[in-house]
Amino acid sequence: MRIGVEINGHVYEGDVEPRTLLSDFIRHTAGLTGTKVGCEQGVCGACTVQLDGEAVRSCLMLAVQANGRSLTTVEGLSGDGELHPLQRAFHEAHALQCGFCTPGFLMSMEAFIREHPDAGEDELREALAGNLCRCTGYLGIVEAVNRAAREMSVGNVQRD
Amino acid sequence: MKPAAFDYRAPASVDEALPLLGLDSAVLAGGQSLIPLLNLRLARPELVVDVNGIAELDYIHADDGVLRIGALTRQVTLERSELVATRWPLLTKAVRLVGHAQIRTRGTVGGSVAHADPAAELPAALIALGARIHLRSPRRARAISASEFFLGPLHTAREPDELLVEVEVPEPPEGAGSGFAEHARTHGDFATAGAAAVVAAGHAGIALLGAGPVPVRAEAAERALAGGAEPGEAATLAAQGVEDEHRRALCTELARRAIEEALG
Repeated sequence: MRIGVEINGHVYEGDVEPRTLLSDFIRHTAGLTGTKVGCEQGVCGACTVQLDGEAVRSCLMLAVQANGRSLTTVEGLSGDGELHPLQRAFHEAHALQCGFCTPGFLMSMEAFIREHPDAGEDELREALAGNLCRCTGYLGIVEAVNRAAREMSVGNVQRD
Repeated sequence: MKPAAFDYRAPASVDEALPLLGLDSAVLAGGQSLIPLLNLRLARPELVVDVNGIAELDYIHADDGVLRIGALTRQVTLERSELVATRWPLLTKAVRLVGHAQIRTRGTVGGSVAHADPAAELPAALIALGARIHLRSPRRARAISASEFFLGPLHTAREPDELLVEVEVPEPPEGAGSGFAEHARTHGDFATAGAAAVVAAGHAGIALLGAGPVPVRAEAAERALAGGAEPGEAATLAAQGVEDEHRRALCTELARRAIEEALG
């Protein structure tokens, strides 16, 4: 089946089988390998991307289901070579070691903080539960999202 | 792993979808349970019928004191619904515990019900609320009580040619309170067990999840509570049929918490 999916503002077209997972379309057809594939059963969160601004597991969608839809992957998080506040906070707070899980964390938490700009640490921790990290022990990640959430909510106030 | 090959159809209406359903087809709604089964090749349907394009199945509205939830309604839509939070708060409490946020953005209300995981939150909440499940096939349309819909793990009264189209939830009695409690080893993981309760003067709806092969309505506990029993006494009755000792203790405690939350 011929499909076209807008990813980070660019339309990628390709021929896929119905069984092709969206995660494989993103990595193999679009060549955007920032999105990682871990468990392929919706548990680990490494493949999380945003579909029309909402965080979804790309391993739990068929590529054909994204035909004509708009996706954002980690490559689209920051437009101009600058780090997004979340990425900078992950860097500064040592919130990654091997980095395999990081794109999933970033795409989950960007959507969550945008939706819940006033979230406190308990809510941020709850929101983190959908992504697994096997390196860091999570404390750096909690610190990073706390910092980023504060910075991003200040940014929202300024823009308003 | 990757799914085995299948044919794919994406009908735009219920009428288009119904003739496609049968023993060798699988309905793809949110995909948060079906696609893992496909990826693990535990399910190998010949045909996947993707219902995500059927806009007529995506709605939440209340009329004459009855909440109607279209089967394709995303769990996140239910979670964010002010109408539901105000008048059917048990559903808001239950849906917040379904998987993780990234699952609820895709997962659907109808899918959770049709999948029939014995540890799922929404089926137990719907039983406690006295909901009815609406099904359609080319042969007929019918509605079945939620407490009779679940027959075993991943097994329901839905026939292979039927499509789950709506969940209908009556309004709880005036002044009713609700409670939902569950235990999971980590946040967002599948619950080990849980309990849902709706309690008003002279009325109680109580259901357990993870207590056996299907979510169960705790009728003895409902009668006792409606007759004025203490929460602890009703909770013991609710869990009395649970076989494993640890699970029975867990269900008793969770039922007590749900009932006490409902009593406020």
